[in-house]
Amino acid sequence: MSEKALQRVAEKFPEAVVHGYSQHGDETLVIERGSLMDVLRFCHDDAELDLKMPASLTCVDYIDEKPRFELVYTLYSITHRHRLRLKVRVTEEDPSVPSAIGLYRGLDYWEKYCWDMYGIQFTDRPVPVKRLWMYEEFEGHPLRKDYPLRGRQGLIPERDVQDIYRGPGPGPGSVPSQRAAVARPSQLPVVK
Amino acid sequence: MAKQHENLAVADALEAKLPTKTMTLNMGPSHPASHGTVRFNIELDGENIVKLDPEIGFLHRGFEKSCENVSWSQCLPYTDRLNYVSALCNNFGFLSAVEKLAQIEVPLRAQYIRTIGAEIHRICDHLTCTGAMAMELGGFSPFLYAIEARDLLWDRIAELTGARLTTTYGRIGGVNRDLPEGWIQRVKDSLDRVAQLRDEIDVLLTHNRIFLDRTRHTGVITKEDAVNFGFTGPCLRATGVDYDIRKAHPYWVYDKVDFSVPLGSQGDNFDRYYVRIEEMKQSDSIIRQCFEQIEPGPILVDDWRYALPPKPEVYSTIEGVIGHFKLIMEGIKIPKGECYAYTESPNGELGWYLVSDGSGRPYKVHCRAPGIPLMGGLEHMVKGAILPDLIPTFDTINMIGGEVEQ
Repeated sequence: MSEKALQRVAEKFPEAVVHGYSQHGDETLVIERGSLMDVLRFCHDDAELDLKMPASLTCVDYIDEKPRFELVYTLYSITHRHRLRLKVRVTEEDPSVPSAIGLYRGLDYWEKYCWDMYGIQFTDRPVPVKRLWMYEEFEGHPLRKDYPLRGRQGLIPERDVQDIYRGPGPGPGSVPSQRAAVARPSQLPVVK
Repeated sequence: MAKQHENLAVADALEAKLPTKTMTLNMGPSHPASHGTVRFNIELDGENIVKLDPEIGFLHRGFEKSCENVSWSQCLPYTDRLNYVSALCNNFGFLSAVEKLAQIEVPLRAQYIRTIGAEIHRICDHLTCTGAMAMELGGFSPFLYAIEARDLLWDRIAELTGARLTTTYGRIGGVNRDLPEGWIQRVKDSLDRVAQLRDEIDVLLTHNRIFLDRTRHTGVITKEDAVNFGFTGPCLRATGVDYDIRKAHPYWVYDKVDFSVPLGSQGDNFDRYYVRIEEMKQSDSIIRQCFEQIEPGPILVDDWRYALPPKPEVYSTIEGVIGHFKLIMEGIKIPKGECYAYTESPNGELGWYLVSDGSGRPYKVHCRAPGIPLMGGLEHMVKGAILPDLIPTFDTINMIGGEVEQ
């Protein structure tokens, strides 16, 4: 069934579709950023597709590839019980896509998520995008592959605690000027 | 009760409207009438909500980042902490996604055990939701009944998995431990008691005047809006949309058991509450049917690339030792690829978008928590309503901080 959905979109937008494939029963279309809104609108309005539910939107950071980021839209049709996955690639220099919350209001939180975690900018949003989980003072985007696993940005100074897991000494974040993301070497204390 | 979604500017022509300014009210992060740490920035016109801006993330622990830095099987304990009321649903949901990526067929007995565990935890989750909802609307006794019933089931879960909350049960390719001796009978006895308590809650709330006034026609959402916001689970079914993944795309053994999907019609708080009560009865029946059908057999795949070899093999054969060593030291190698897998968790569709680069660690683990779209639709559901309507609405969407804030 979703094979048909994939075919239908691919036939409607032959020049917008970069690549279409199916893996483990999930039909996927990679499309051009410029025609994302047209494809989404077609998916939403077309009676044979009827992909009315935005199941999720996420982003993957392929740090060694160009373009670097890949946005993954998962749409679902309750009437036809099929799914379609749409993918858009955006570059590191211009990580922006048009916002789809006018069409799918449920994507609002997912767009916040992509901005918060990956720094994807969404244009034409009626309300400016805010961070979903992190606080506004946070610098950087934690799910990018170049953000360190143990980057700490405390809003209040951290106490100088001998932490056997993270290594001894005060953490970055204890001095306000050091709030930028710093990787913390995982030093194990010398056991005497 | 104020009608929702009506134009506030239209007032009775004879009413002398005083020009008023809107007021901003901060509610939370820790508020006695809401469970979970979420802060609401509410703009109020008199007592009516003009704008609601939920601020979430107080419980953010970097779930996805943590998962990307450990091996596939080490992600499992993190998934317990998503929806901590029904950890088994998360465990098994995640494992099913990994198994879809690796194309592993799980033994039948393990599928039965997964169904039983997930359904027990579904009852726990619904009990928590209804109990907490009753408490926040002023009825304390149903909460006590719900917690008593929930702890009975959690004791059974503890016997099965070794932990009440952080179960970490199941392994890639099956489950790690078989049902304990006499466990089936104890679960049946517990379910009898849970059914009594559940009916007690049902009787106390469903015909209660105060409860009805607070929940009926409040927090209304239409079918189209619910779908557009990405609602799933009881909140979607309360609007009358028949979408239950257990029926629409059966997984495990849901196609072998007989159950029905309760549907609401109004899409208000009462329907969302009552759909949960009915679902508990269905889950009860599913568990009992599984107990009738379950047969002895293997509980883990016999493929040493994914599942640990049995201990006698490890201690007596070189292949067993090497298989064990490689799994422990290097982690499970999941083939390169991507997949989106979904199961019906108590609050709705728990989806996993997984990307593997074949290195033994997940490249990307995206958890589509059912609560996130529900939180996204909260403002729409209470806009124009009075402030007290926010409490039951926030209760029935059952936001669990662990999964929404990850």
